[in-house]
Amino acid sequence: MDRLLLLGDEAIAQGALDGGMSGIYAYPGTPSTEITEYVQASKYAQDQQIHRQWSANEKTAMEAALGMSYAGKRSMVCMKHVGLNVAADPFVNSAITGVNGGMLVVSADDPSMHSSQNEQDSRFYGDFAMIPILEPSNQQEAYDMAYEGFELSEKLKVPVLIRITTRLAHSRSAVVRREQKEQNAGRIPSNLRQFVLLPVFARQNYEGLLNNQAAMEQEAAASPYNKYFEGSDRSLGIIASGIAYNYLMENFQDRQLPHPVLRLNHYPLPHQLVDRLLKECEQVVVIEEGYPFIERQLKGFQEKGTPIRGKLDGSLPRTGELNPNHVARAFGLDQDEGQPVPSIVSKRPPAMCKGCGHIDAYHALNQALGEYTEGRVFSDIGCYTLGALPPFEAINSCVDMGASITMAKGAADAGMVPAVAVIGDSTFTHSGMTGLLDCVVEKSPVTIIISDNFTTAMTGGQDSHALGRLERICEGLGVETDHIRVFKPTRKNYDQMVDIMKEELAYEGVSVVIPRRQCIQTAKNKKLTERVKELGL
Amino acid sequence: MKTDIVLAGVGGQGILSIAATIGMAALENDLYLKQAEVHGMSQRGGAVQSHMRLSDKEIFSDLIPKGSADIILSVEPMESLRYLPYLSPGGWLVTNTRAYRNISGYPDEQEVLGEIRKYKKYIALDANDIASDIGSNRSSNIVMLGAASPFFQIPFESFKEGLRKIFARKGDKVIDVNIQALEAGRAFADKNM
Ligand SMILES: Cc1ncc(C[n+]2csc(CCOP(=O)(O)OP(=O)(O)O)c2C)c(N)n1
Repeated sequence: MDRLLLLGDEAIAQGALDGGMSGIYAYPGTPSTEITEYVQASKYAQDQQIHRQWSANEKTAMEAALGMSYAGKRSMVCMKHVGLNVAADPFVNSAITGVNGGMLVVSADDPSMHSSQNEQDSRFYGDFAMIPILEPSNQQEAYDMAYEGFELSEKLKVPVLIRITTRLAHSRSAVVRREQKEQNAGRIPSNLRQFVLLPVFARQNYEGLLNNQAAMEQEAAASPYNKYFEGSDRSLGIIASGIAYNYLMENFQDRQLPHPVLRLNHYPLPHQLVDRLLKECEQVVVIEEGYPFIERQLKGFQEKGTPIRGKLDGSLPRTGELNPNHVARAFGLDQDEGQPVPSIVSKRPPAMCKGCGHIDAYHALNQALGEYTEGRVFSDIGCYTLGALPPFEAINSCVDMGASITMAKGAADAGMVPAVAVIGDSTFTHSGMTGLLDCVVEKSPVTIIISDNFTTAMTGGQDSHALGRLERICEGLGVETDHIRVFKPTRKNYDQMVDIMKEELAYEGVSVVIPRRQCIQTAKNKKLTERVKELGL
Repeated sequence: MKTDIVLAGVGGQGILSIAATIGMAALENDLYLKQAEVHGMSQRGGAVQSHMRLSDKEIFSDLIPKGSADIILSVEPMESLRYLPYLSPGGWLVTNTRAYRNISGYPDEQEVLGEIRKYKKYIALDANDIASDIGSNRSSNIVMLGAASPFFQIPFESFKEGLRKIFARKGDKVIDVNIQALEAGRAFADKNM
């Protein structure tokens, strides 16, 4: 069979394509973006007309994937970890409805917060929803789990969560492909009330989900992804999951690993296997990337009281991503710490690109706000968030997508007038529109700056749902036409920009200011450039 | 046999094209390979690195443990120093000397070079100058790969083959200048080792 050199993300995409997926749904988010991009670039997906367009946000993506499953086909929905917060409502409820066609939910966690606001661990969501979780150690397993995941989902009749972290998502290695499976033929659910979560049906479904737990655990106990390796020295037992398993093995390549090891890549925790390790060993150390998910459960369900080591007792770091050196330290192994970084090396943080339109918008905003007291700019997530850093220091918040508008509203409600929101075009259609509606309904004195660059730049320039629709969306939501102000943010237009912003800051109602210029990183994207011309933007 | 390489640079400098060429060369030699890349926020002009591991045995960790990299290959001088904790005692520091100044606090360039020279096994060259002599400004990355090539346990010819594959769609001219760039980098290293 084919041997391909794939990122962990790409391996999941290829596994799902080969496993008979009919549609992928997603909103971009590091480190998950490359899953969908791989399917979008696939000739096979194009020929088979596999759904592969971006969704407005993670919630709409999750719901569409569930709809495809309802119709009997295999679907996958992908997001970064915080996207699962946005999609939490349909996610948790999809476990109660169950599936018809197989459904995979991929959530990519970002420990160390390389490109994120937090480092939450998606396995807790899987546990909360009471569905199986698969956590690959390497690219081949990422492929295999996606490939086989649809069948597991169809067998257990619930969605299956695949959880990866940044390091696997963005690391490349060889993957061997398996035989192409056919897509499911569509078929409606045999019980037409399965997806109707009226209390009367939901109670039955929930009962069913609880009864299904034993079967899920049985699958995990028999799973090839969970494996017990014998060891003669039982003074210590080791549990390692996902990518953390690699860091264990890295340290024992040239030395004997004398202890029993339980490799756990398929949840729920199989009690049989875990009990055995706890009973056999005097002490157990848990090596896992993310929160102490396994470790905390172990403390709960053992009879014997075997001491557990891991993140909670400080044997391993509680924050950040793991690496081989952390694991070596936990085992007291000798290791080279390398040489120190010379003190002259300075930090090089990411920054907005030279010539970026956001920069001109911020210069004008800072000038226009000059006559007011500081600290009134709520912002959002995107390239423009870098405006928090010098030399701009133009924004005072970045919390979650869409929060700029609603936080500005709350602050205005508290008497902070004017309150300003700065949001990107893609973030606005992701989850800013409903907040704007709140503002319109109450005629809140807020100035909302939608810095429109025609793309989702921060994650690599994906299509923006807002393209060519922004003013009409705002008007449709009830913003007064006179207070929707569009201009091109350039140095030449500086005075005009400052004047417009000043006028709208002084207006005691809802204003939308739209600085609009194409992202310079997309200059080579011919399709986008042509579309922008066509739309006359 | 194993070769662990830390590739370093600044977001947008294109270290991934070096990685792709090495990857092709490794596949050609039937080696195991793992390559951890940086995507996302740092690509906006921040410090970026890629851990690349080649071996004739199974590789576990996607990350290189500290103190064990055989090569630091950097396309920017200050960035080459940022990853010194990863370099093994006998490893090679191979770096471009052309500074990329996109921050206000960039240190004195002579001091940066001074730090590099403190290290015994280093190769430092202005890859941009060499690339422009060849008439291909964009090939400075491949010059750097050439300069690091003696420290890989991969035949030089495999890197050329890698370039032929990677640039296959761009035509013979692009392939030729990149092979020239690779050879120029190699020649510098052979003289300055
Ligand atoms: C819930 C959630 N989904 C996805 C992301 C990842 N993300 C961060 S910024 C961004 C794009 C923002 O695009 P836009 O608002 O148009 O701003 P630009 O980067 O183009 O300036 C995305 C998708 C996130 N942080 N949170």
